[in-house]
Amino acid sequence: MSIEMSQQIWAYGVFAVLLFVAAAYCILVSKNLIRILIGLELFTKAVTLLLVAAAFASGRTGLGQSVIITLIVVEVVVIAVAAGIVIGQYKHTQSISAKELQDLKG
Amino acid sequence: MLVFRPAVDNISFVMFLAIAIVAMSSLFVSQSAIKENGRFTFINLLLLLIIGMNGVVLANDLFTLYIFLEVTAVASFILIAFEKGKNAFEGAFKYVVLSAVASALILASLAILLMVSGGLGFYEVKDALLSSSNSKIAILAVAVFVVGLFIKGGLVPFHGWLPDAYSSAPSPVSVVLAGIVTKATGVYTLVRLVISVFGFSEPVKLMLLLIGTISIVVGALAALGQSDFKRMLSYSSISQVGYIILGLGAGTELAIAGAVFHLFNHAIFKSLLFVNAAAVEEQTGTRNMDKLGGIASKMPVTGTTSVVAFLSTAGIPPLSGFWSKLIIIVAVWKAGFHGYAAIAILASLLTLAYFLSMQRRVFFGKLADGFAGLKEAGPWIIIPALILMLITVGLGLGFPWLFGTFLMPVGSIL
Amino acid sequence: MTTIDLLLLFLMMSAAMWTVMTPGLLYSAIGLALTSAILSVIMFQLNAPLAAVFELSVCAGLITVVFVAAISLTKPMSKQQEAQHAKTRLKRYLALPVIVVVLGWMLWSAPLNFDFLPRGIASGDEVRQVLWNTRRFDLIGQIIVILTGVFGIVVLFKNRGKEEAEK
Repeated sequence: MSIEMSQQIWAYGVFAVLLFVAAAYCILVSKNLIRILIGLELFTKAVTLLLVAAAFASGRTGLGQSVIITLIVVEVVVIAVAAGIVIGQYKHTQSISAKELQDLKG
Repeated sequence: MLVFRPAVDNISFVMFLAIAIVAMSSLFVSQSAIKENGRFTFINLLLLLIIGMNGVVLANDLFTLYIFLEVTAVASFILIAFEKGKNAFEGAFKYVVLSAVASALILASLAILLMVSGGLGFYEVKDALLSSSNSKIAILAVAVFVVGLFIKGGLVPFHGWLPDAYSSAPSPVSVVLAGIVTKATGVYTLVRLVISVFGFSEPVKLMLLLIGTISIVVGALAALGQSDFKRMLSYSSISQVGYIILGLGAGTELAIAGAVFHLFNHAIFKSLLFVNAAAVEEQTGTRNMDKLGGIASKMPVTGTTSVVAFLSTAGIPPLSGFWSKLIIIVAVWKAGFHGYAAIAILASLLTLAYFLSMQRRVFFGKLADGFAGLKEAGPWIIIPALILMLITVGLGLGFPWLFGTFLMPVGSIL
Repeated sequence: MTTIDLLLLFLMMSAAMWTVMTPGLLYSAIGLALTSAILSVIMFQLNAPLAAVFELSVCAGLITVVFVAAISLTKPMSKQQEAQHAKTRLKRYLALPVIVVVLGWMLWSAPLNFDFLPRGIASGDEVRQVLWNTRRFDLIGQIIVILTGVFGIVVLFKNRGKEEAEK
């Protein structure tokens, strides 16, 4: 591919990596369970960006869009189930602090 | 026009059999462990889990693989949190976070592979990787994919979710989770992809050997210090999966055959151990090994089957675990990795040590206080335990006959 | 075209950073929706219209609703706890913009190593054809995921209704 297009793809790649870093930071540092879920969402956004860039670069836009649509469907289901788990945890312990998740140690 | 060619060959047959046997055991255990009004959703979720795992085994394309990995993962999250105990939510949440991170890593690698090869089927990606094997981006994509699969398979140092998820899930869920879900989504996928897509390049082999050995040692050491029965079994799982990855890393035909055989054996005897844990938990109400003692006198079937399973795990002849470990260690030694093989043998002694100590504490010795009226577990738990024990013993005794028919065809897919 | 793309990428990055660093949970959820919207525009620019529409309607819509519902069902901390929390919070999160800027600058000036086979712009296959015909088996997979999700919601939320009715 031409040089400027590979430059463009590199830009998307760099930003995707930066988004990964931001999302990983959010998951590692936050003390609130719901914020950890938001970090997971940001992870998915980063991967979506990478997938769109890859679909554009390789010319297979149909396949790329199918993967992205599938990813979005799966992501909705995972977030719904995870939110259900967080709400269940809240009903049990009346808090959504990540400190509560330290019981099973060792 | 349906462009779908399922990948059915020898390894797939082994996996289908293992999935079916473990799921059957889990269904039996759930008859007594899950209450009546939850049984409908439980059985449906278990069936969806089986669909997910069978889909992973059948996949011939990275996209299909991803979807069925997610089906398995979502079904597992729900099953772990099924009884809504407090620890169950914690285990489920940790599994959700780490599994979602692993899926994101797998997808990121899938994107790069799409760019490199212009398609997502196993054969297209394999051809593209072969023709551009020294490209740094391709190696990065493969490494990221393998790390994602390590997280799903619960290998050190990505095993943080595994003990919590296994020990806090309800008993039938632990049976199926420890028995086959981690194996099918993490380890089997790794076997299939390294053989069919990534190829045995030097970085891949090195990663597999290192992570396998570290998992064996760390799993065995951590299992020594546990007082919860199920947590000890989870660390033992990590250790045994390390053996499988070590066999895979050696790369020869014999080593891969040994690894797949150990995968099957591990599914059988680990499920048997968790069925016994279910029996103990149901009859005594506790999983704390310090409080239990001398149970075998009151629960003879559970005691006997657990002894058989432990001996198989530690690799004592003539049970099936002995043969598969022997093949892996011999194959690793013959492939020239003497150091790794020596560590594997030493860790096998560690395995024997912690299992013997656990046996003495829980099943034999003096009967602990308050357990005078203990009865054997109900028939729904005895039947799968007996079936699994018969399979372990049968495979072990009949191994010399099975070597030619069962094992070598598995390795010959290389 | 390239400047608009770069601008969109910078906007998306800033929205993501704001999502991570803002102290209020609701603001975080709104930031996530904003990030999804900008990502959707980027997808339009990159010849992926169907996926862009999906992303906009589902991620910037449905997932935000799920988050807001989850946030409203779990009570936040009281006011003094929140003020005390906000002070220590800033120290923890201050490292993020620094890391992001440094890493971005390092990666940007790194030498390009696109030494794999270059692919030209092949004739793009039609999305609907791929999704419904060629990949029918994967469609079955998606349906099964949705079914599993439905079971999950039933399992996780059902007994609560009964408990609250008993109280």
